[in-house]
Amino acid sequence: MSDASTAPAPNAEIKWGRVRQSRRVQDKVLRVFAAGSTMLAVFVLFWILGMLLWKGGQGINLDLFTKITPGPGTQGGGLLNAIVGSIVLTTLGIAIATPIGVMAGTYLAEYGRGSKLADLVRFINDILLSAPSILIGLFVYVVLVMPFQGYSGWAGSIALAIIALPVIVRTTEDMLRLVPNGLREAAAALGAPSSVVIRQVCWRAAKAGIVTGILLALARIAGETAPLLFTALNNSFWFNANLTGGISNLPVTIYAFASAPYDNWQQLAWAGALLITATILVLSVSARALINRK
Amino acid sequence: MVAVYDRAYQNATRVTRRANPFGFDPVFAALSKAAAITVLVLLAGIMASMIYGGLPAFQTFGLDFLTGTQWDTMNDRYGGLPAIIGTLLTALIAMLIGVPLSIGTAIYLTQLAPAWFKGPVGTAVELLAAVPSIIYGMWGLFVFVPLFAAYFQVPVSNVVEGMPIIGTILYARSPSGLGILSAGIILAFMIVPFIASLTRDMLDQIPTVLRESAYGIGCTTWEVVRHVLLPQAGVSIIGAIMLGLGRALGETMAVTFVIGNANRLSPSIMDPGSTIASRIASEFNEALGLQMNALIGLGCVLFFVTFVVLVIARILVSRVKQY
Repeated sequence: MSDASTAPAPNAEIKWGRVRQSRRVQDKVLRVFAAGSTMLAVFVLFWILGMLLWKGGQGINLDLFTKITPGPGTQGGGLLNAIVGSIVLTTLGIAIATPIGVMAGTYLAEYGRGSKLADLVRFINDILLSAPSILIGLFVYVVLVMPFQGYSGWAGSIALAIIALPVIVRTTEDMLRLVPNGLREAAAALGAPSSVVIRQVCWRAAKAGIVTGILLALARIAGETAPLLFTALNNSFWFNANLTGGISNLPVTIYAFASAPYDNWQQLAWAGALLITATILVLSVSARALINRK
Repeated sequence: MVAVYDRAYQNATRVTRRANPFGFDPVFAALSKAAAITVLVLLAGIMASMIYGGLPAFQTFGLDFLTGTQWDTMNDRYGGLPAIIGTLLTALIAMLIGVPLSIGTAIYLTQLAPAWFKGPVGTAVELLAAVPSIIYGMWGLFVFVPLFAAYFQVPVSNVVEGMPIIGTILYARSPSGLGILSAGIILAFMIVPFIASLTRDMLDQIPTVLRESAYGIGCTTWEVVRHVLLPQAGVSIIGAIMLGLGRALGETMAVTFVIGNANRLSPSIMDPGSTIASRIASEFNEALGLQMNALIGLGCVLFFVTFVVLVIARILVSRVKQY
């Protein structure tokens, strides 16, 4: 480096000094490759979002939210029944998964600390977290649809709950672990039984994190299609309130309409895809904002 | 924080007055344990239902179910080999393309990106992971596949036609863009954000001192990455890759859109094929009797393959957490 600083040389020479050519090339290649692959990933994201806005944006109108899905060969129509069906299914799914998930996460972080059972549950939960969602659909089909001879909204929301559950368990545990032990000890020293310490102190302190987990779970199940194919199925009618029989929902409707031969169906599929993706991105971004605020 | 203490104090004093050994406390503990056990029951249930549902198919065809190449709904003969090979092949292509891209992205995000750039780009990569599978499928079918057919399949087929080996593997008989290779490429884009964000977190955990001392003795970025960062994070990066593999093996909707859903085994990766997941997704609702059992049997195969991959992945990932 001392030569380079005395002798007038091009900038690159100063920076590199007397570094062997092959090392420079190696380094350049890495930098270009790393930056290139990042740009490619970001490019694909914007490509997909751009495509959705371009093709789906044309289909966003009042009819989309006020009319039900059209039959084959008819004009117009909207996605009202599919949107309502999706909201019902995901809400029910989250409503089933949240109490079980939060309680299981509480066990892992509080009661079961260091126990063999907790280690096993944590391990299995991590596996369930990445299990293929179509297998969860098959499982619910074998357990709930086959014996009762029929697709139902209940089966669909239970399939979604099984997908949401490990996400909630995982984040609840992680967030409870961040609660300082001093808080627990202080509450216990005041004579509070462990259930009160957990509910009034730990949950309260970890609230933002637990809500983040629920939002992430919601984002995860809102777009799930595979597990609904054989559980909630789909239909093109207004759904019946007791949730028996097939129930229309956005993802399966998009799947059915996307490659259909009717123009209005394809248009609805794109509009639905835009709706679903926008919802999920808003959920993920707000989950992120919620956790970063702390 | 003071509010939390106050509240805890109030509640604690209120509750202790009526605390007794048969009160709410043991019930709450038992409930939370039951919830934890639910997780175990679910996985056991999935395993049991796959075996139970697939059993008739295993019994009827024996080993032929795994090695047979005919998937014949007319004569009720089911061999899973094309779907099994399709699953492994698409996942392999996805890993070959996706892993270098993911590692590159992780290195860029942790080592090279300017500080103001890291946040937005990191978020964009994570949002890519949040995009649902079916959206990738639509993008694949309506945007990627036509471009792929016109600018890759046709020219490549023209070049390799007649060549030994390459001419078989890369020749597209009908350059529609649908096929094993397209599915593999879409899968690669789907696993990149996944592996990249895990790898980034692992690289971030490596103590800065290690990196700085390597730079201090004059290493280039490549040398720091190759000789310091990768060996340090090595095992857990393999774990992250295996998690990506688990995802690629079971991915359903995106693959169903672009793979072409052909039943036969083709020597060319440009030709349509099928994976276990795509076969189940496209046939299950019309399947009856033995065909349904055969599809659940394929699901069983997928379950055990992904189970093994995920178990190895989790062991590798968990081993490196403690610094």
